[in-house]
Amino acid sequence: MTDPGSLPAAAQMRPRATIRVDLKAIAEMIEPGTRVLDIGCGDGALLDYLAHEKRVDARGIEISQAGVNACVAQGLSVVQGNADTDLKDYPTGGFDYAILSQTLQATWDPKAVVGELVRIARRAIVSFPNFGVWHVRLRLLVSGRMPVTDTLSAAWYETPNIHLCTIDDFVGLCDTLGVTIEKAMVLDSQGRPRSLNAPGRLANLLGEQGLFVLRRGR
Amino acid sequence: MDPLERLGPLSANPRIAAVDTTAPDFPGRRFEIPAAAPLRLDSGVELGPVTVAYQTYGTLNADRSNAVLVCHALTGDQFVADRHPVTGKPGWWEALVGAGKLVDTNRYFVVCANVLGGCMGSTGPKDINPATGKPWGLAFPVITIGDMVKAQARLLDHLGIEQLFCVIGGSMGGMQVLEWVSAYPERVFAAVPVATSYRHSAQNIAFNEVGRQAIMADPDWQNGAYQLAGVSPDRGLAVARMAAHITYLSETALHRKFGRRLQNRAQLSYGFDADFQVESYLRHQGSTFVDRFDANSYLYITRAMDYFDLQAEHGGSLAEAFTGTKTRFCVVSFTSDWLFPTSESRALVHALNAAAANVSFVEIVSDKGHDAFLLDEPEFHSVIGGFLNGAAEHRGLKFG
Repeated sequence: MTDPGSLPAAAQMRPRATIRVDLKAIAEMIEPGTRVLDIGCGDGALLDYLAHEKRVDARGIEISQAGVNACVAQGLSVVQGNADTDLKDYPTGGFDYAILSQTLQATWDPKAVVGELVRIARRAIVSFPNFGVWHVRLRLLVSGRMPVTDTLSAAWYETPNIHLCTIDDFVGLCDTLGVTIEKAMVLDSQGRPRSLNAPGRLANLLGEQGLFVLRRGR
Repeated sequence: MDPLERLGPLSANPRIAAVDTTAPDFPGRRFEIPAAAPLRLDSGVELGPVTVAYQTYGTLNADRSNAVLVCHALTGDQFVADRHPVTGKPGWWEALVGAGKLVDTNRYFVVCANVLGGCMGSTGPKDINPATGKPWGLAFPVITIGDMVKAQARLLDHLGIEQLFCVIGGSMGGMQVLEWVSAYPERVFAAVPVATSYRHSAQNIAFNEVGRQAIMADPDWQNGAYQLAGVSPDRGLAVARMAAHITYLSETALHRKFGRRLQNRAQLSYGFDADFQVESYLRHQGSTFVDRFDANSYLYITRAMDYFDLQAEHGGSLAEAFTGTKTRFCVVSFTSDWLFPTSESRALVHALNAAAANVSFVEIVSDKGHDAFLLDEPEFHSVIGGFLNGAAEHRGLKFG
């Protein structure tokens, strides 16, 4: 039987739209031909890119029905679901990569979600807006009000981002969970990776977003 | 060939055709499972010969990789994209199936077979029992969804189709889709179970039981031997249909369509005529249904649905039914479907996830109830179209 996971060569030739710089940074970490679960896959831009540019067996979970329907109508394998409740169904080690891009801060239980990510996949790739970036700190300090920025654009009373954290906070969570940080980088305001190696104090001050590659255990 | 061309002349009295086995049979194709190699049913009974009545549309390609099996629901039949030989109405899924449609018969070779136990040409309780020379009636063995699928698999063997590109069906048709994937995992490249479940719920068994009891309470049912008595339990079957029909709709849809409006009258009659439009509508649904359906078939097919429980068949773990599956799934439910609610599809999706299956799952917003899967639902159709195109790409199907 033909393996449904692999695309025939002709299909890869189709020109694809370019994707956001931060998604590109994630895509570059993915080995071709692997099995990937993108949690909170939105309109499926990253999945589509991975499926066609990297011949990845790409699956997605998306909470919004409109997003799911758009993905499936494009031929992507996406289920309507919720990172907080649905990851527990997936078998341990069923994926090579689990991606959680710009979604962690909107989950009810980020700690449990990160635990599930490293359970279901050999590598977890997590990105999130850094609440510790200097201008957010400055706004809070100067105005005394919850910062509203390009990456955190909603007012406090209507934001879906209920568990904001800083890069240092996230490093602390990984430590608590006994999760190994294989790679840590920060993205600038355009989503471009900045070459700050260790997730040190400077990263927490300058990074708009944190981007981490994690694996289970120490 | 134009699907309509293939249809022979309609029976002069379709009502008789539906129940009288001596009347000319329905148009379309036939395959016979010989008595020498009978179907071994889940009940242990060996049944043969068995006739499978089916329709095909489109052309099977050279490497036999473009076949799509459409599985019909409880009261559906093989005329998925043909004018119905009894009612004269368009095929029941012409919204999806046909030339240039989503299940494009210019691309795919579409097969749809009347289920085992049905009454549109496949062997069922109204046919002659070779052992007695009389209609089977209640002597017909109880059949299951698994038995229906076994009969379809024999048909596909006969047609030389090793692997189906896709199996698609709604409601009981969706049960067959799941049974196909579970029983013949290598034979299904893509599966689309729509508005269905992996097992019939207590509520659904209850509704089916009401329908069966309505039939059996009709004196003309004659303990299932109504053909010999020259009668037909039309009243019971009509009531069964009326009750079932309510479950296919939604409160919103019923209210929008009928409200409390009166039927052909200005005021209440203070009697038991069909005062309300909704009553008149249901009576019409019941009375037209008996023209095309056999009462005993209704008993047997509803029983098959009740018995369906893919989870129990796999030791209580639904994921076991799909272990190692390579099939691509697209599970679809509708928000207002209370007969097969989204929660059932979600449980199915959780099991597929646990089996690491490649699965898409969409819930379509519709207020049309269970019947939404048969109707013009643009978002449903765009999802099915996208899924099929994506699957065809993965299968390497090329269309001219």
